[in-house]
Amino acid sequence: METIRVLLVDDEVEFLDTLLKRMRKRQVEAAGVYSAEDALRYLESSPVDVVVLDVKMPGMDGIDALKAIKERHPLVEVIMLTGHANVEVAIQGMELGAFDYLMKPMDIDELLYKVQDACKKKRLHEKRIQKRKGVEAEEENGTA
Amino acid sequence: MITADERYYASLRRNIMAIIITVALMPLLAMMAIAGYQFHTAYRHKVVDHLAALVDRHTMHVDTFLSEKLADISTLAVIKPLEKLRDSAELEKILTMFQEKHRGVFVDLGLVDEQGFQVAYAGPFRLTRAQYGDASWFQESIRQPFTVSDVFLGLRGLPHFIVAVRIESGGHFWVLRSTIDFVAFNRLVEDLRIGKTGQAFIVNAEGQFQTQPHARPGVDPQELLRIVRGEAPKEIYSTAVEGLEIMGGSGNVYKTPTGLHGASWFEYTVPETQRRFLVFYQNLKGGRWVLFYLQELEDAFHDLYKARMLTLVVLAFSTLGVTLTAWALSRRVVLRIIQVDREKEMMNEQVVEAGKLASIGELAAGIAHEINNPVAIMVEEAGWIQDLLEDCERGERLDVEEVRRSLQQIRTQGARCKEITHKLLSFARRTDPTVQQVQLNKLVQEVVALVEQRARYAGVTIRTHLTEGLPWVAMSPSEMQQVLLNLINNALDAMEKSGGTLDITTRYEDGRVIVDVADTGEGIPQAILQRIFDPFFTTKPVGKGTGLGLSICYGIIRKLGGDISVNSAVGVGTTFHIYLPAGDGVVQTKTVERDTLTKEES
Repeated sequence: METIRVLLVDDEVEFLDTLLKRMRKRQVEAAGVYSAEDALRYLESSPVDVVVLDVKMPGMDGIDALKAIKERHPLVEVIMLTGHANVEVAIQGMELGAFDYLMKPMDIDELLYKVQDACKKKRLHEKRIQKRKGVEAEEENGTA
Repeated sequence: MITADERYYASLRRNIMAIIITVALMPLLAMMAIAGYQFHTAYRHKVVDHLAALVDRHTMHVDTFLSEKLADISTLAVIKPLEKLRDSAELEKILTMFQEKHRGVFVDLGLVDEQGFQVAYAGPFRLTRAQYGDASWFQESIRQPFTVSDVFLGLRGLPHFIVAVRIESGGHFWVLRSTIDFVAFNRLVEDLRIGKTGQAFIVNAEGQFQTQPHARPGVDPQELLRIVRGEAPKEIYSTAVEGLEIMGGSGNVYKTPTGLHGASWFEYTVPETQRRFLVFYQNLKGGRWVLFYLQELEDAFHDLYKARMLTLVVLAFSTLGVTLTAWALSRRVVLRIIQVDREKEMMNEQVVEAGKLASIGELAAGIAHEINNPVAIMVEEAGWIQDLLEDCERGERLDVEEVRRSLQQIRTQGARCKEITHKLLSFARRTDPTVQQVQLNKLVQEVVALVEQRARYAGVTIRTHLTEGLPWVAMSPSEMQQVLLNLINNALDAMEKSGGTLDITTRYEDGRVIVDVADTGEGIPQAILQRIFDPFFTTKPVGKGTGLGLSICYGIIRKLGGDISVNSAVGVGTTFHIYLPAGDGVVQTKTVERDTLTKEES
């Protein structure tokens, strides 16, 4: 199985650093940024499978970031991280196309499973697109 | 002890009572006074006119009576030759004739010579050869052609008066006299009796009664005469004035001719008994007699006084009724107001409580998030240590330094949680509304600490400009906290979309401590600026705001004796000013500016 490329976005530096270490220990290719703006910049330059996005951040918040990500990189899956008070926001995120949400503090394994599931879904999605492209190419070839 | 409230209610009640009584009684009193005065005047005039006319008529009667009798005797003296008059038997015949004609008014007839010797006599008394030489009536009648004497007892010892005519014959004077029946004459005057005390009598120039008064009038006729003649000293008879217009202003009746002018009158108070009389008088017999008519004032104006009494009784009952009504009504109204005020107070307390809960709920959401972050970090760090330990179990070397770092991080985050809990506790602990001496700066800092996290996420920079050495303010810290929290929460709501700056300034001015909360949010449209302090007024969507926040702030600040005002410009921002009465603290003018939190810091 290919390594999963994960981008963690959270304004809590300590939280993010530790989470990164733990993810890396689990053979996940994890990168971390501290704000939504940075995340969008990062996505421009580096391929990412799953974005783990904190909902409540100063500046651009999670929901706006989700919208932007889904707009610019539709294939990238997003998992929302919320505090207890923001479940509604997380659900709103789901409606906007997030893969799932998790409540902080979460179990690392749970996060890992969700990340893997999200990655699987993305790969499937990609494969389907690939196939369709292939079919289209074949059709093109056939007609040609 | 009487509280300010009780004093307020008492004065309210007094005012209501006063207004009711004034409004109800004023027109009544005015009406009664005007109508009473008019009636009084009219009735008095009527009574006086009536009595004056009566007295006038009687005077005429008396005058007519006297002149008639005199005329009879005069005629007799002219038509009968002296020789016949000197004959007693002839006189007897004439007397009989007179008595038949006049129903016994003439008692006797007599002829007296120059020396006062009665030459002839006819009548019931044996008075032939009576000597009248010294009698005053005789001396008078010898001087003038006609005489009507005063009443006197005479030789018979009975009250009577004499009508006499002088006859001139052969250089000698003779006097034809006739005694007039006193009873018949008396009846003329006695008839004039009205009411209980009204009676008439005639006095001569010396003040002697010429008629028999029905009852002792209780008034000295001499004094009445003196008043009539204008001789009475004013200070004694101060009430004895005011003649009727008919009198023509003259006080001296003797100077006015006894023509058919009306009777005069005055009020007279007997000094000894304080009985007040209405006195009418009219001259008789060419001014030598005066007919008096006396009636006690109370008797004369009996109906008037009765009407007045009735009016006063009605007035008294009306006053009593109005007063009782005012008393009962004001009592009911004030009790009702007290009840309503109490209900309002309770409602206010409930509203404040509800607002408190709402703001605490809002706070709780922020706190939960704030506490969640360190907890998440701790869980992660613990997980990391677990990971490391698992590695160690598999035989790898334990990175002790890494474990220590993680533990340190857990400790740090634990401390952060503790700090948050303490902040929350400091807010929760102060929910009692007891008034204390509060340092506003400290309170502002505490509240700012509570909302820091929320402000950070809203992208709002909170700046505090706290003037050091502010005097303390007497208030409940928890209530003031609530006010500030409400204002700051509103400001954050207004800036949530775009971010901005929240400036909180404390200053001291003109004996007042002022707190300004200025945001750079959307601003409040002019149209609703007037209503923002109204309870249940909100611009937030249903379910988001209670519309109580600012009304509670207003209530709390007004209760503290302070004031709250707002300036706002749409698109620029809103500033709330809180003015609070300062306690007697030291004031220094040193401003410390502190940026508690900026975007760059986060």
